[in-house]
Amino acid sequence: MDILTLFIIVPILTILALVFTKGLKQARIVSLIGSLVQFGMAINLVFAYFKERAVNSDIMVFTKDVVWFKEFNIHYNIGVDGISVALLLLTAIVVLAGVFISWKMNDLPKEFFVSLIVLSIGVYGFFISLDLFTMFVFFEIAVIPMYLLIGIWGTGPKEYSAMKLTLMLMGASAVLLVGILGIYFNSNADGGALTFNILEISKVSIPIEAQKLFFPLTFIGFAVIGALFPFHTWSPDGHASAPTAVSMLHAGVLMKLGGYGVFRVAMFLLPEGAMHWSWFFIILATIGVIYGAFAAIKQTDLKYINAYSSVSHLGMVLFALLMLNKTSWNGAILQSLSHGFMTALFFALIGMIYERTHTRDVTELGGLLKVIPFISAIYVIAGLASLGLPGFSGFVAEMNIFVGAFEHEDMFYRVATIISVSAIVVTAVYILRVVGIMLMGPVKNNAFLTLEKVTWYEKLGIMLLLIPIVGMGVAPLWLSDMILESLHPFIQGVL
Amino acid sequence: MNFSYIILIPLIPLVVFLLLGIFNQRIKPAVSGYVGVLGLLTSTLLSFYTAYQYFFVYGKANGVYQTFVEKTVWMNFTETLAIDMGVLVDPISVMMLIVVSIVSLMVHIYSRGYMKGDDGYTKFFAFLSLFSFSMYGLVLATNLFQIYIFWELVGVSSYLLIGYYYTKPSAVSAAKKAFIVTRFADLGFLIGILIVGYYTGTYDFEMLNNPEGNAILNWASTSFMGLSVLTWALILIFIGGAGKSAMFPLHIWLPDAMEGPTPVSALIHAATMVVAGVFLVARLFPMYYFVENGFALNIVAYVGAFSALFAAIIAVTQTDIKRVLAFSTMSQLGYMMLALGVSGYDGHEGLGYMASMFHLFAHAMFKALLFLCAGSVIHAVHSNYLKDMGGLRKYMPITNITFLIAALAIAGVPPFAGFFSKDEILVAAFEHNKLIYFVGVFVAGLTAFYMFRIYFGIFWGKETKYEHKPHESPISMTFPLMVLALLSIVGGFIPFSKFVTADKAGFEAHLNYPLAAVAVGVGLLGIGLAWAFYKNENNLADKMVNFFGPFYKWTSDKFYFDEIYLFITKKILFNRVSAPIAKFDKKYVDGTMVGIGNKTVWTSEKIKSLQSGKVQDYAFAFIAGVVVLVLVFIYMWTN
Repeated sequence: MDILTLFIIVPILTILALVFTKGLKQARIVSLIGSLVQFGMAINLVFAYFKERAVNSDIMVFTKDVVWFKEFNIHYNIGVDGISVALLLLTAIVVLAGVFISWKMNDLPKEFFVSLIVLSIGVYGFFISLDLFTMFVFFEIAVIPMYLLIGIWGTGPKEYSAMKLTLMLMGASAVLLVGILGIYFNSNADGGALTFNILEISKVSIPIEAQKLFFPLTFIGFAVIGALFPFHTWSPDGHASAPTAVSMLHAGVLMKLGGYGVFRVAMFLLPEGAMHWSWFFIILATIGVIYGAFAAIKQTDLKYINAYSSVSHLGMVLFALLMLNKTSWNGAILQSLSHGFMTALFFALIGMIYERTHTRDVTELGGLLKVIPFISAIYVIAGLASLGLPGFSGFVAEMNIFVGAFEHEDMFYRVATIISVSAIVVTAVYILRVVGIMLMGPVKNNAFLTLEKVTWYEKLGIMLLLIPIVGMGVAPLWLSDMILESLHPFIQGVL
Repeated sequence: MNFSYIILIPLIPLVVFLLLGIFNQRIKPAVSGYVGVLGLLTSTLLSFYTAYQYFFVYGKANGVYQTFVEKTVWMNFTETLAIDMGVLVDPISVMMLIVVSIVSLMVHIYSRGYMKGDDGYTKFFAFLSLFSFSMYGLVLATNLFQIYIFWELVGVSSYLLIGYYYTKPSAVSAAKKAFIVTRFADLGFLIGILIVGYYTGTYDFEMLNNPEGNAILNWASTSFMGLSVLTWALILIFIGGAGKSAMFPLHIWLPDAMEGPTPVSALIHAATMVVAGVFLVARLFPMYYFVENGFALNIVAYVGAFSALFAAIIAVTQTDIKRVLAFSTMSQLGYMMLALGVSGYDGHEGLGYMASMFHLFAHAMFKALLFLCAGSVIHAVHSNYLKDMGGLRKYMPITNITFLIAALAIAGVPPFAGFFSKDEILVAAFEHNKLIYFVGVFVAGLTAFYMFRIYFGIFWGKETKYEHKPHESPISMTFPLMVLALLSIVGGFIPFSKFVTADKAGFEAHLNYPLAAVAVGVGLLGIGLAWAFYKNENNLADKMVNFFGPFYKWTSDKFYFDEIYLFITKKILFNRVSAPIAKFDKKYVDGTMVGIGNKTVWTSEKIKSLQSGKVQDYAFAFIAGVVVLVLVFIYMWTN
C-alpha cells in the first residue's frame, strides 16, 4: 500500500473497528488508536517527503494513478508536494487533538466518532487528490458529515445552523461543480483528450475567454468554505451550534479546503482568469479581513468571536492568494496552517470553559485566571498568537503576506494592503477585550470558585495544538522553505 | 574579536523565563527570586565584559568604532529579502546593554523585597526575565524586522506586567490601553518597514545606515505626494517610536501604566522600554539625517520638544507621585528626542546625538532611582498620593537621601549626572534651533520645580498622621537605591563624546559655561520656588491654583486627552463602526442568505405537486442559483 492511500485506508479501518465497539470507552480508545496511527503516518510522511524531494524534482511526489471511471477519464490520481504534506500534518494533529477533547462524549459516542472520522477521510482525500473529480468527491465527503455532527450533537438552534451551513456549502459546491466541468471541457484545448488530471490540465493553455468565465465560479465555489465575504454567514451560526471537536475540525481543517482549492485549482489551472478577476476578489477579501475583525469586537458569545475572527484571518488567506506572488502565497499557506492550529486551540479552550461554567457569554464570565489558571493562561497565549505576536505562527504568516502584498506598486494594491495590515490593531482590540473581561478582573460568580481543574486528556489536546504554533513561530525556516520550494512550479503560471 | 558569545546575554533570561514559567507552581518563591537575580547577574557581567572589550580593547580601528555583526537567516521572504536574527555590536548597542543590565539587575534585587509574600512572586520574576530577554534582543537587533519582533515582545511583557494585579479592573484596562495604543503606533512602524524593505531591498541596519550606501544615496528616486518614500517610511517608523516612547499624542498609555507594580514602572516605564523609541531613531540616525536633508528628523525634534513641554506642565499638577514621575519620564524622553532632532552627523556637529544618548543613560539611572524610591515610600505608607505623605525624612533616611540625589540629578544641578547631559542637549539645541532651545530651558525649570514639589511633599512639609509608623525598607530594597544613587552622582563624568557619537569617531566635548550657567540658574530657580511653596506648610500653592483657575483644571485633567481618545474609541469605533457592522452582518448579509433559503422553500411549496421531499427542493435551489450565476457571468464575460 502506498504511503498516501494509507491516509484513506487507516480511517476506514478505524470506522470498521468502531462499528464493533460498545460504549464510550471502547469507541474512544479505538478512535484514539486510529488517530494516533494517522499522526505517526503524517510525521513519517514529512520525513519521507524530504528524503524523496532530495532525489525527485517533480512537482508532485509519491504519485499514483488508477482509473476508476473510464468513460469520463476520471482517475484516482494522488500525489503530494510540500504544501499538501504540511496540510496533512495539520489535519492529523487536529483530528488527534479532537479525539482527546471529545474524551467524555457520552451521547452516542460510536456514531459521533464515526462521523468525525468520515469527515477526516474527506479532508485527507482532498489534500492528496490530483484529479479534479476525485477531489470534488472528497470535498463532498468532508462536508456532508457536518450536517449530522451539528444536527445531532450540537447545541442551541442546531437544526437551523446545520441546515444553513450545509445548504450554503452545498450551494457553493454546485457552483464549484460548474467551474470544474468548465475546466474539464476545456482541457482538450491543445488537442488532447478531456481530462480531470490537474497536472495535465496545467500544461494546457485553456482559452482566455473560458478562463475568465470559469475562474469566478471555481473561486467562489471554494472560497465559500474559506469564509469569503459575503458568503461567510454560515460560519458563526454553524460554529456556535457545533460540538467542540467538530468546531475544531471544521474551523481548523475544513475551512482550509477553501484556500487550498483556490490555490490548487482556480489559480493553478486558470491563471489568466485569476489575473483578470483578482481586483474584484481582492476587494471582497479585504472587506472580509477588516469587517470580520470589527464584527468580532461587538460579539459576546465566545464562539461567535472566534468565528468572526476566522472570517478575518481566512480573509487574509484569500487576500494573500490573490496577490499572486510567491511570498504572499507562502504567507497564505502558512496562515492556513497557523490559523488551523490556533482556531482549533481556541475552540478546544472555549469548549473546556463552556463545560465548566455552562456559558459562553463573556459578560457572564470573569476572573477565570484565578480559578482555572492553566486553561486561562493558554487562552491568553492563544490570544497573543492570534493577534500576531512574534514567536507564534500567526506573525510569521502575516509578515509573509504583508511583504508579498507590498510587492505590488500601484495604488489599488497599496490601499488594500494597508487596510489589511491595519487589521492587526483591530484584532488586538477584540482579543484583549475578551482576555480582559473573561480571564482577568475579579471572579464574577462564586460558583466559579469550585470549577474542575484541567484534566490530563485536555492538557494533551492543548499541547498537541500549542507546540506547532510555537514551533512555527520560533523556527519558521524549514517549513517556509519547504512551502516556498513547492511554490516554484505554480508561480510560473501567473508571471 | 568574536562577539558571538553575546547571544548568551539575551538567552539566559529567556531560559530563566521558560523555567519559571513552566514550573511556576512547583518552584518555591525564595528559589525563583534567586534564579531570576542570578540569571540577570550573569547577563550583566557579560555585558560589562563586552563593554570593556568593545570600548577599550577591540572596538576601535583607525579612530573609528567598528560594527560587529553575527547573524543567521530566520525566514526568507524573497530572493533578496529575509529576516535575520543576530547581534549587532556598536557603541549604542553596547551602551544600551549596560543600561538595561544595570537597571534590570537592580530592579530584580529590589523586587525580592518589594514583592515578598505576593501570590504571583514566581510569575513576576518570570515576566521580568521575559522582559529582559526581549529588551536585550531589541538593543542587539541587526535589522528592522528583528527590532520589530523584539519591539512587540517588550510590548507584550509590558502588557503582562502592567496587568500583573489582574483582579484589579483599573490594572486590566491600563494594560489593555498600553498594548492597543502602542500597537496602533506599531502599525505605522510596520508599514514603514514594508516601505523600506520594498524600496531599498534590505532591512539590514548596516546597509541602510551606510552614508555611501544605496538606501541613503538614492533616497530621491521614488517620491510620493512631494516627499521621498523613504521620508514617509521614516515618519511612519517614528510613529512607532513615538508610541513606545510616549510622545504626544500617543502618550496616553504611560500614566495609566503606573498601575503595574512599582519596580516594573522603574524598569519598563522609566528606564528601558520607553527609551526604545529614542533608541530606534538613534539606530537609524544616518537615514534620518541624510534622507531628504533631515526632513523627518525635524519632525522628531518638534514632536520631542512639544512633548517635553506638554508633559512637564501636566507633571506640575498631578497628585499621584507615580504619575508625576510618569509625566516627568515623558518630558525627559521628549528631551532625548529633541536632542536627536537638532543633531548633525560629523564630529562636533553630532553633539545632539551624543547628548541624547548621554541623557538616555543618565536618565535611566536617576529615573529608575526615583521610581524605586517612590516604591519604597509607597511600600511604607500604602498610598500613591501626596496627601498621604509628608515628613517622611525622619523615618526613611536612606530613601530620603537617595531621592534627593536623584531629584538634583534630574534638575540638572552640578555635579550630578543630569547636569552634564542636559547641558549638552541645550548647547546642541542652541546651536541649531533657538526656539527649541528656549523650550528646553523652560522645561528644565519646570522639571526642577515639579520634582522638588514632590520631594518636599513626601519628605518635608506637614507630617501626616500615619496608622502604622512608617519605617525604612529592608536592605534588599535600599541596596539598589544606593547603587543607583552612586551612579547618578558619578555618571556625568563618563566622557560620552569619546565613546558614543553619530559618526562613531568621537570628539572632545567641553562645557559651554554661559549656557550651563543659564540652565543651572533656571533649575535652581525651580527648586527655589518649590522650596517656597512646599517646604513648609503655607497657602502659596493654593493661591497659585486660584491664580491659574481653569488652566489649572485643564492641566490636572491632562488636557482631556484621555476623554478624546475614549470618545474616538468608544463612541466612534465601538458604537459607530463595530456595532453597525455586527448588526449589518446579522440583518442584511445573513438576512439575504436566509432570504434566499426561504424563497426556495416558498417556491417549492408552490410547486409541491411536482416535487416533494426536501432534497429536491434544495437541488432545485442549487440549480436555479447556478443558472442565474452562469447567466450573470456570461453576461459580464461577453461585455
